[in-house]
Amino acid sequence: MERTNSFEENMQNLENIVQELEKGELNLEDSIKKFEEGIEISKKCNEILENAEKKITILIKKEDEITEENM
Amino acid sequence: MKPTAITVSELNKYIKNKVDADEYLNNVYIKGEISNFKHHYTGHMYFTLKDEKSLIKCVMFKAATSTLTFMPKDGMKVLILGTVSIYEAGGVYQIYCKAMQEDGIGDLYKAFEELKEKLEKEGLFDKAHKKKIPIMPNTIGVLTSQTGAVIRDIINVSTRRNPNVYIKLYPIPVQGKGAEIKIVEAIETMNKYKLSDVIILARGGGSLEDLWPFNEEIVARAIYASEIPIISAVGHETDFTIADFVADLRAPTPSAAAELAQVDVKEIEEKINSYRNRFKIALKKKVEYMRLRYEKALASKVFKEPTQKINEYYMNIDIKLKNMEVIVQNKIKEAKLKATNSIARLDTLSPLKTLVRGYSIVEEKGKVIKSIKQVQENDIITVRMYDGRISTKVQKVEE
Repeated sequence: MERTNSFEENMQNLENIVQELEKGELNLEDSIKKFEEGIEISKKCNEILENAEKKITILIKKEDEITEENM
Repeated sequence: MKPTAITVSELNKYIKNKVDADEYLNNVYIKGEISNFKHHYTGHMYFTLKDEKSLIKCVMFKAATSTLTFMPKDGMKVLILGTVSIYEAGGVYQIYCKAMQEDGIGDLYKAFEELKEKLEKEGLFDKAHKKKIPIMPNTIGVLTSQTGAVIRDIINVSTRRNPNVYIKLYPIPVQGKGAEIKIVEAIETMNKYKLSDVIILARGGGSLEDLWPFNEEIVARAIYASEIPIISAVGHETDFTIADFVADLRAPTPSAAAELAQVDVKEIEEKINSYRNRFKIALKKKVEYMRLRYEKALASKVFKEPTQKINEYYMNIDIKLKNMEVIVQNKIKEAKLKATNSIARLDTLSPLKTLVRGYSIVEEKGKVIKSIKQVQENDIITVRMYDGRISTKVQKVEE
């Protein structure tokens, strides 16, 4: 769940930062801060994408227990 | 009399003519269950129609199949309009189908419409209740049959879009009696153990009867109650089920559901890259803009004038200093001149000058003696010369 939320939030953050930077209303110092923040978040997003692992499993329910097996 | 034998062909032809002449057999309306269904590559359909006791061969030519609204298959109960005739070469009689309909479909449609109306009134289809589908789910739960094309399609599409996808298949029966109970159980279990971030509820195409579990009220309610967002992909694009109406998102096909549940990672990566580029460009622009502003500011009067003013002040001070110097020097000169004059005048008045010329001053006890009356004989007087004094005694006073 955490990855999902953070990923969407991060993507939204990136969009927001781009818009703020492109408006050009921030002062130079804040612009640099935002820029660094944006680069940091984009790195995080890439990490999330790269660190995921391919898995295809089948869920087996026996009474009240769920087991997961590779397909 | 020896009877004349006829050929098999003649017999079959005779029977065929008899049958074809029967108006009733020309237009029969018959119901039964399909079995031994074969869809020939030529497009013709061959099957057997049966009930509990007997069966009859059926054929539906390609031209007639275009009117079908469903794909017939074994076990399906159908109503057929056709002609009974003889296939001479095979010596069999069969139904040549002109039209075919699913039996009991009227009832199913009625039930479908009634349930749809009821649930709609209850608000189960409300847009406000629909949950957002996460763009980057950790895990995708797939509720479908373990065998068949649906799960394969979903896996293919998902892995193509995201090579690192995590799919959990929860096998369910997708048709037949009791399937709806298993579907509900699957949805509830997925939620109870929070087994995925999104659920795809999928099934391939089929008759209305086949899709029926997805039109069951308990399934609709389970979908509505699910905390995990559900994408429904039941049947073909043209098939709509109650599940589709309740689901958070309806996909036209299982492959489309996989696309909706899983972003294309390449696309996302490109998006991230483009964000980065835009950051860089925006910052560069900002720096450039600030530099221009700085330069402009430096060039502006605000910055130029003060230095000018200061220089002017300096110049003024210099001029004033110079003036003061001149004045002071003049004053000094004046004073010197005055002093020299005074000294010169003093000089002329000074008795010393007279003394130098040979005159002397006679004093007595510091007092200048101007008259003989001021001295007597034997007085001690002082004679001041220019270079000293002489003390002397008065010997004689004469007039």
